[in-house]
Amino acid sequence: MKTRLSAILIFLGPALFIMTVFIIIPIALSLLISVTDFNVYAIFDWRNAKFIGFQNFINLFSDEIFWKALFNTFYALVVAMPLTIIFSLLFALLLNRGATYLKSFFRLSLYLPSITNTVAIAVVWAWLLNPRYGLLNWFLGLFGIAGQNWLSDPKWAMPSIIALVVWKAIGPNMLLFLAGLQNIPDFLYEAAELDGANRWKQFLHITVPSLRPQLLFVSVMLVIGYLQLFEEPYMLTKGGPLNSTMSIVLYLYRQGFYQFNFGYASAVAVVLFGIILALTAIQMRLRKYQE
Amino acid sequence: MRKKKIPFIEQLGVHIILFAAFLIMAIPFFWMVSTSFKNPDEIYIFPPRWVPHRPTFDNYIELFKTVDFGRPLLNTIIVAVTSTFLSVMLSAMAGYGFAKFRFRGKEKLFLLVLATLMVPGQMTLIPVYLILNSLNLLNTYAGLILPGVASAFGIFFMRQFITSIPDELIDAAKMDGAREFFIFLKIILPLSKPALATLTIFNFVGAWNSFLWPLIVATDEKMYTLPVAISVVQGQYGEKIALQMSGSFIVIIPIIIVFFFAQKYIIKGLSMSGMKF
Repeated sequence: MKTRLSAILIFLGPALFIMTVFIIIPIALSLLISVTDFNVYAIFDWRNAKFIGFQNFINLFSDEIFWKALFNTFYALVVAMPLTIIFSLLFALLLNRGATYLKSFFRLSLYLPSITNTVAIAVVWAWLLNPRYGLLNWFLGLFGIAGQNWLSDPKWAMPSIIALVVWKAIGPNMLLFLAGLQNIPDFLYEAAELDGANRWKQFLHITVPSLRPQLLFVSVMLVIGYLQLFEEPYMLTKGGPLNSTMSIVLYLYRQGFYQFNFGYASAVAVVLFGIILALTAIQMRLRKYQE
Repeated sequence: MRKKKIPFIEQLGVHIILFAAFLIMAIPFFWMVSTSFKNPDEIYIFPPRWVPHRPTFDNYIELFKTVDFGRPLLNTIIVAVTSTFLSVMLSAMAGYGFAKFRFRGKEKLFLLVLATLMVPGQMTLIPVYLILNSLNLLNTYAGLILPGVASAFGIFFMRQFITSIPDELIDAAKMDGAREFFIFLKIILPLSKPALATLTIFNFVGAWNSFLWPLIVATDEKMYTLPVAISVVQGQYGEKIALQMSGSFIVIIPIIIVFFFAQKYIIKGLSMSGMKF
């Protein structure tokens, strides 16, 4: 029996209407705006925007800061992603194996950073990394290591941001791995032990293959998330020093909402979307190939 | 877990590593709280002082009196509560529709909803700004709330849960002449409580922590939310570290409280979100 049209409209209507207005139409508009010279004069009268074809994309191609932003974003991705996976997996393994008494306590404390407000905790990090009065330089000093100007040194600014990103990302991924580990049947390990496989071999041939679904899910989500890096550099460095922490989204925000080059900023958004689609497709393909 | 006994030395090693991780996770929070109760002369000293010798509430008083943190706090509560409520309701209603209604094109429509998950939020940033501007909704609560209330993830999440509610329950109610609205209210909602709770927590945390949207939509001081306010405080009172720390504390603490009461829903929700694959 089919559902009455009125019921369909009442239940699906509101959500679909809002999605159409605030997601689907904007996606189409974004593509449109990216091929115009939409700027501050067009905000109140859209007719002032002219069609300019792929000029924005051509300009992006020769825009040094954009390339810098692309490079920085991939730098963050390539360093932060493996670190996040390694630490999440390590803590999941440790929690799963040893710590029986304090398990929920450790689980909780490792999870907490991920739900705290990035903007607020970034303010705290800036204070921790303060070159003169910061805890980090004091701590390094205890071991005779010279402190750094973490956030104002182009060499150290991005690593500082990556540290905050990874610190925040460990918790939920650790929980996902932990759930995966608990689903691996014990007899697999027992059989491997009888065959004389050592711990490392057990990890490589039992644990890692069993965690494949979690590893794929985590890496896809991390790629999507890290490519959208914004709040950490916005708060810690504003993209500086010398654009060494300028990310794609931060550049989009700058172009869009400092300079109101909406056409150009939309082109950045379209490129970002393209990169995310391509990388996700590659990861999915790899997964099929592995199976 | 495994029955085999784990040697003491290994247990010790595991605990030491986990305790070090705990310290790395906890110290920023501790340092934030400690600094927020310090006088300036206890802040700019070296080596740092872990606990203030003369704790003071001055920073919090200044935060609410001079910086007027009350307004963004109120705004954030209004926006987070309203958008969480609306978003959960819309997700539950649409989730029910996609799970149990029968009509042509349902699967295609659902696929379209899921497809929007692929698109990063930044893609819609500028068009939505322009749409809100032409509707005169910039710097309004509606502008802060509406764009985020229809979430593909929420609809997907509720649909998955409601699909598992047996059709027999619904058919029996239909025999008695009950209509969709009654079924939704009396059968679907009560049976979906765990999913509703999980989604509520997730949406609330997300709405509370949201930054990029309010940064763009709320340019008028009166409409700032907490994250926007704290970023402004950092810019304007760069030297007043204790003031910044007390502001961060106010932004962070409600979520930590919510978290302690709702842990099990968060952990359940995470494992459900991982099932997508």
